[in-house]
Amino acid sequence: MPQTYFIQLILKDTVRDVTGERVKHSAKRYLNLNTGRVKSSRLFTVRLDVSPEEIRLFAESVLRDPVMQDVYIGTFYPAEGFARKLLIAKRPGVTDDEGISAQKALGDILNRAFSTHVQQIYTADLFYFEKPVAHKDLITLGEELLGNPLINHFEAGPVDEPVTYVPDVRMGSRAEIRTIPVNREDNELLQLSSEMLLSLNLDEMKTIRDYFNREDVRSARKKAGLNEHPTDCELEILGQTWSEHCKHKEFNALIHFRDEETGQDEIIDSLFKTYIRKSTDIIRKRFEKAGNPWLLKVFTDNAGVVRINEDSCFIWKVETHNSPSALDPYGGALTGIVGVNRDPLGTGIGGARLLFNTNVLCFGNPDHPGELLPGQLHPRRIMTGVVKGIEDGGNKSGIPTINGSVIFDNRFSGKPLVFCGTAAVMPLTYGDRPTWIKSIDPGDRIVMAGGRVGKDGIHGATFSSLEIDEHSPRSAVQIGSPITQKNMSDFMVDAARQGLIKCSTDNGAGGLSSSIGELAQISGGAEVYLDQVPLKYPGLQPWEIFVSESQERMTLVIEPDQVEKVFDLAKLYDVEVTDIGCFTGSGHLKLFYEKQPAALLDLDFLHNGVPRKHLEAVWKRPDLQEPERTEEPDIKETLLALLGSLNICSRESIIRRYDHEVKGRTVVKPLMGEEGHAPQDAGVIRLDFDSWEGIAVSNGIMPKFGDIDAYEASAGAFDEAVRQIISVGGRLPDPEDFNSPFWSVNDNFCVPDSVYDPETNPDGKYKLAQLVRMNQALFDMATTFNIPMTSGKDSMKNDFRKGKVKISVPPTVLYSMAAKIDDIRTVTTSDFKRPGDAIYLVGKTRDELGGSEFYRLLGYLGAHVPKVHKAYALNLYRLMGIAHREGFLASSHDLSDGGLAVALAECVIGGPWGAAVDVGYGDLPLIPELFSESHSRFVVSVPAINQTTFENLLGSDARFLGAVLDEPVLKISFKGEKILDVSKEEMLERWRNGLVF
Amino acid sequence: MYSEKRIKDGKIRALVITGSGINCEEEMAAACRFAGAHADIVHLSRIFNGEVSIHDYDLLNLPGGFSFGDDLGSAKVLANQLKVRTIASGIPFMEELQRFLADGKYIIGVCNGFQALVKMGLLPNTSGKGEQEATLTFNDSGKFEDRWVTCKALQDHPTPFLKGIDTLDLPVRHGEGRLIFRDDAVRQAVVDRKLNVLAYADREGRITHTYPYNPNGSELNCAGLCDPSGQIFGLMPHPEAYLTAYNHPDWNRRKKTGELRDEKGEGLKIFENIVGLVARCLNTTKW
Repeated sequence: MPQTYFIQLILKDTVRDVTGERVKHSAKRYLNLNTGRVKSSRLFTVRLDVSPEEIRLFAESVLRDPVMQDVYIGTFYPAEGFARKLLIAKRPGVTDDEGISAQKALGDILNRAFSTHVQQIYTADLFYFEKPVAHKDLITLGEELLGNPLINHFEAGPVDEPVTYVPDVRMGSRAEIRTIPVNREDNELLQLSSEMLLSLNLDEMKTIRDYFNREDVRSARKKAGLNEHPTDCELEILGQTWSEHCKHKEFNALIHFRDEETGQDEIIDSLFKTYIRKSTDIIRKRFEKAGNPWLLKVFTDNAGVVRINEDSCFIWKVETHNSPSALDPYGGALTGIVGVNRDPLGTGIGGARLLFNTNVLCFGNPDHPGELLPGQLHPRRIMTGVVKGIEDGGNKSGIPTINGSVIFDNRFSGKPLVFCGTAAVMPLTYGDRPTWIKSIDPGDRIVMAGGRVGKDGIHGATFSSLEIDEHSPRSAVQIGSPITQKNMSDFMVDAARQGLIKCSTDNGAGGLSSSIGELAQISGGAEVYLDQVPLKYPGLQPWEIFVSESQERMTLVIEPDQVEKVFDLAKLYDVEVTDIGCFTGSGHLKLFYEKQPAALLDLDFLHNGVPRKHLEAVWKRPDLQEPERTEEPDIKETLLALLGSLNICSRESIIRRYDHEVKGRTVVKPLMGEEGHAPQDAGVIRLDFDSWEGIAVSNGIMPKFGDIDAYEASAGAFDEAVRQIISVGGRLPDPEDFNSPFWSVNDNFCVPDSVYDPETNPDGKYKLAQLVRMNQALFDMATTFNIPMTSGKDSMKNDFRKGKVKISVPPTVLYSMAAKIDDIRTVTTSDFKRPGDAIYLVGKTRDELGGSEFYRLLGYLGAHVPKVHKAYALNLYRLMGIAHREGFLASSHDLSDGGLAVALAECVIGGPWGAAVDVGYGDLPLIPELFSESHSRFVVSVPAINQTTFENLLGSDARFLGAVLDEPVLKISFKGEKILDVSKEEMLERWRNGLVF
Repeated sequence: MYSEKRIKDGKIRALVITGSGINCEEEMAAACRFAGAHADIVHLSRIFNGEVSIHDYDLLNLPGGFSFGDDLGSAKVLANQLKVRTIASGIPFMEELQRFLADGKYIIGVCNGFQALVKMGLLPNTSGKGEQEATLTFNDSGKFEDRWVTCKALQDHPTPFLKGIDTLDLPVRHGEGRLIFRDDAVRQAVVDRKLNVLAYADREGRITHTYPYNPNGSELNCAGLCDPSGQIFGLMPHPEAYLTAYNHPDWNRRKKTGELRDEKGEGLKIFENIVGLVARCLNTTKW
């Protein structure tokens, strides 16, 4: 065994230790621990055949920064003046990118080639504390603030105890292929499913049993050297392929839907087909009829594809990573964002250039004071970890995060919702081949590219932590490696443009089983040699190799005569590629391990054999009333309280951590204006440096209205996403117009368990009815605006259970929209631009305070939920499109949380000016005028010169409110009576300090 | 000394390094292109393996990004590679760079590229020995931040990159931008020789240590350094991210009020300066 060296790097005392200061500060703030001074250091544990002299050279001239660090080799920092230390190392098998980078640097300095695919240098943090903090407090500090027991190993103690821990993976098990008889009784079948963590129900297990009893199956198996019992590999593949995650069994179920309000009683044959796919089909036909077929590919690949112009197409995907983020917020979110990068990267042939990221995060209250359930992480910790994951995932990959949203509701304190999205641009053709089409012929090679395979993510979160000892690798969580993926994506962009890749797909959920299983349908079969797959460490079982969810891997389809070129190019990019098998036309998925057959599955059965689910849904409108408000609130205090409230206050402390302008083309960033305080509606990015064409991107999400009516929550979210793009200057699609810009939507449903069970889920039928109504709204909205879904995802079990306690998310749908902008120089931002400009309210305010932030402040829910008036909105948005095109508008901001009052405040906050308005000339009393959250509305400002033409265009849809002032105050009157006079400074102060971390 | 290729198309040739996590190569190449140069984006491996020679170029660009994920400290692994690796011909890469500079050519490093130049000892290099005299480490705020800052150019500095520039707004996007010098002697030498060519300033252009105008707590409020010859220039803010007026966070107000008259971004000037200078040299010299 090679020798083990410990190298410690520590800041010289003359250099400010920002990391140590933060640890001290956080320990005090969140754990009330008085640690005294904290000093941070880094530990490198090297397990390689190198001499002590070589280690010294490496430590002193490579690892150490001579300007600020001291180095200790084989000894440790003497720690004078410190009483305790805390080691935070990684557990065996956990991604340790920094260790791998150190291996590369060691190879550079010694001019020797070390494998950089197998971990041989491990990194850790070692902190020193001035005060003799109790052992258990230090461990708490490690587990709850600085690390995570799922991925970290902690040691606390006196400073003079040396560190000896090395996280190498040791597994004794020999690889074997087990056969598992399935000719069992029903209860035994269920037990088998649960023991193997297959998550298959009785129907599904029986279907599998019947398959293996089929005569044709038995004889084919015999011929292939397999007996009549399925192998572990086969059952695992079926479990993975038939999982809810991959087959969307509930969205494809037969649903018996009863609406007690209308008496409607019907069978819905798949939510997906009935509402989502059908709406897109209708829209597609309308455009095709007009000779404008810009919908190139929908629902069938990793991401939807739409045509931008004659040269290129736009590809994007938004999906969730909720459960992993609940367990390990940092790793979960990081893997979420880096994982969704691979969807557009592996769409069609592959190798699209990634354009931007977006994300929407739903958390519990970060100041949640209550007790936590066992296993539940504090919402603040989830928030900071998730934000850091999104930060590293985007920033380190060089992809700008141009738009996002954060929502707080304590029902997200069990499971957060973490939606991550990535868009990309691909040429329409590589050579003469259309890029968005996947083609595969028998004989094409299967090449795995990128990271190696370990136990990461096998069975995802269900893996029991009890079965793990200190030297077994963690399988429940994955930590992404942005640098591995960046190299791989650079390589794919190059390889695809050289015509070396026939097509590709990503390895995400389900790993090779999912990627190869799906691709095999194109050629009609595949053969894989599992022993060829490169591993992070030895000891994986054949089935584990096939279903592992180790990150940063793509599956490439390469024609045999291109394999050598692909390998040469990969070497240049430092990407590992391995030929692991080939596609066939046999109709089967065949696996081998060291020449032994490991699986033989009929492809048709694998993909189409899963039995359908039958579910029950009953809609009954909740019995809700409007509250009786007795006293009128103080308007100024109410506005300031709203501005400082969690769902309205500035997201600056999150936004600035994300690089929103790498690539140099972001035109509307999340915060604009001279001081960078003006919150914006949609993000806008230029497509390239050679034209002014761009994309606007927005996110609509309004779970709060779902408590009153899930239909309106869904319709409202859709409207919010549309109006944000309209607000910056987007143009609605028009089937009559050949030059109509594309719009492309990702829908993401995240709901609590909606399958009725009299004991565990007694209101399951109502929850499913909410989901049905959300889908009905999707259909109605999409077909009204001609804005199609192009891709989407559902996440069906967002409940956190511990014993009898259940924290369930509110039913939530996110609509992420992207639309083409013809010339980004014409877009409009939200802040008021010039004193004297006239201010208008565009759209109609209704008495719709139900679910509003105003009611939330007072502790009410209400009943009058905002409704989208579709035909009205459609017409209004067309008029707004004309107002933008004609250049009438100096500013435009959509109305959302907090209504008109908050929108006006935000327009003032962003710029150097103020506003004086009278909101009293509508039909409503003061409170709904100010705080109602009716949809489809904007606050715009119009230069005097355009006022007449603007008023003529909008007519009664625009109501004059007042003018932009040259002093930074917001003055609001109601029918001539002054009701509010508040300075911009006061508003800014509250708004900017609502969420600081 | 210049290849025939360059002479043929008559354009200044800019080399933009990429690979291993560098991620601002596209906008860096666009900056060179808009300034009138021909720009090639080349993976570092192609330079080490001899496919591409830096001597075929006039301007070497080290773009921003997260080379090697910023592991071991920002740009540390990259700086080490550039310092210790030899190219295929057996010549150490550092010797190649020295020849490149001796030929009177220019190097610019932005963000991660700047961090690499500092950690390689090429900036500020007051001693001329190529030792590491400064470093860039974690911001005082303890976090990565993307925000726009105002930068003030020093008077009478030795680098042509900043010719004619007084102040300019640029975005910073880093977590490790706090510049610290090895010791007082280095700091003094930097001041004496006017190598701290770019400083963080408030909106009125007054140099300041106040956060967030100085976003990271750098000594001397330093945003950028050059070497004593002025041929090497590095900075934390991103001039290549301000190539058009539409990059600036306040562009929309300027446009709507008629203040925006030039579609060019202020960052482009740095590239125009250097490309213009090399072009003038070419026009007056027969190669």
